[in-house]
Amino acid sequence: MSEPQSSAARLPGAPGFNLFHYASPQTFYPLAGRLLWPCWLLAAALCAIGLYIGFFVAPTDATQGDSYRIIFIHVPAAWMSMVVYLAMAFWCIVGLIFNTRLSFMMSSALAPTGALWAFVALWTGALWGKPTWGTYWVWDARLTSELILFFLYCGYMALQAAIDDPRRADRAGALIAIVGAVNVPIIYFSVKWWNTLHQGASVSLTAAPTMATTMLWGMLVMALAAWAYTVGAALLRVRAIMIERERHTDWVRQLAQGGGSRT
Amino acid sequence: MNWESARQFWEMGGYGFFVWGSYGVTALLVAAELLLLARRTKQARALATQDAALARIDAERRSGS
Repeated sequence: MSEPQSSAARLPGAPGFNLFHYASPQTFYPLAGRLLWPCWLLAAALCAIGLYIGFFVAPTDATQGDSYRIIFIHVPAAWMSMVVYLAMAFWCIVGLIFNTRLSFMMSSALAPTGALWAFVALWTGALWGKPTWGTYWVWDARLTSELILFFLYCGYMALQAAIDDPRRADRAGALIAIVGAVNVPIIYFSVKWWNTLHQGASVSLTAAPTMATTMLWGMLVMALAAWAYTVGAALLRVRAIMIERERHTDWVRQLAQGGGSRT
Repeated sequence: MNWESARQFWEMGGYGFFVWGSYGVTALLVAAELLLLARRTKQARALATQDAALARIDAERRSGS
C-alpha cells in the first residue's frame, strides 16, 4: 500500500487538500479536542429538549398509558447500537485497505459506547415488555439478534484486550467487526422476516411514521442527543487511545512536555 | 400539561417502576462511562508525561558522557 500522503490520495481538482491530512493521530488529536465541548453541549441541550417533549408535551398513549414513554430512550439506544457497529466495521475496512492506524483506533474507541447502547436497548426493552407484553424477555428474532449484537461488542473488546500487540489486536478485532456487521440488517429486518412479538418499525425511510407528531419529535430529538453523546464519547476515548499507543513517539512526548495543555 | 402534581409525575400512571427504571439505569451507565473515560484520559496523560521525562533524562545522560 502506498503512503497515505502520496499524490494519489489527494482529491482531484482540489490541489493542496489532502484527504488523509487528519488520518494521522498527530493532526487528529487537537481536532478531536476542539470537537469535544461542542459535542457535550449539543448532547446536553438536545437531551433536555427531548426529555421535555417526551414527558411534558407528548400526551399519554391511549392503549399503553405512560409506559410508552420508555420509547424516548429505547428507540434511540437501539438505533445507536446498530449505527455504532456499522461505523466500527466501516473504520476497520478503511484501516485494512489504507493501513491507517487511526482507523483501527476509531473502531476501538466506538466499541464500549456501542455496547452501552446495546445494553440500554435490551434493558429498556425488558422494562417496556413487562407492562405491554407481560414478560421481560422472550426469545424472538428481534430480541435475540440484539442480544447477539451486545455479545459481538463484548467479544470484540475481549479479543482486543487479550492480544498484546496492538496491530494484531486490530486485525483480529476487525474480523469480528466486519463479519458481525451481517447481524445489523438481520436485527433491522427481523420484524419483517419473522413473526415476532416485537412490533414493526414505527418510523422508516420508505413510509410515513405511524405515531403522533409530538411523540415522534421527542424520539428524534433524543436520537440526535444520543448521536452527539456518542461522537463526544468516541472522540474522548480515541484521544486516550492515541496517547496510550503512541506515547513513545515524538509528538506525544512533546505534548506531554507541554504541561498537559488541553489541545 | 400531562401532570397535575409531582406525585402524579413520579407515579407515571402506575408505570413508575418501568419508566424510571429505564431512565435511571441509562443515566447511571452514561455517568459511569464518562467517569471511566475521564480516568482513562488522566492515566494516559500521566503515563505519557512519565515516559517523556524518562526519555529526556536518557537523552541528557547520553549527551553528557
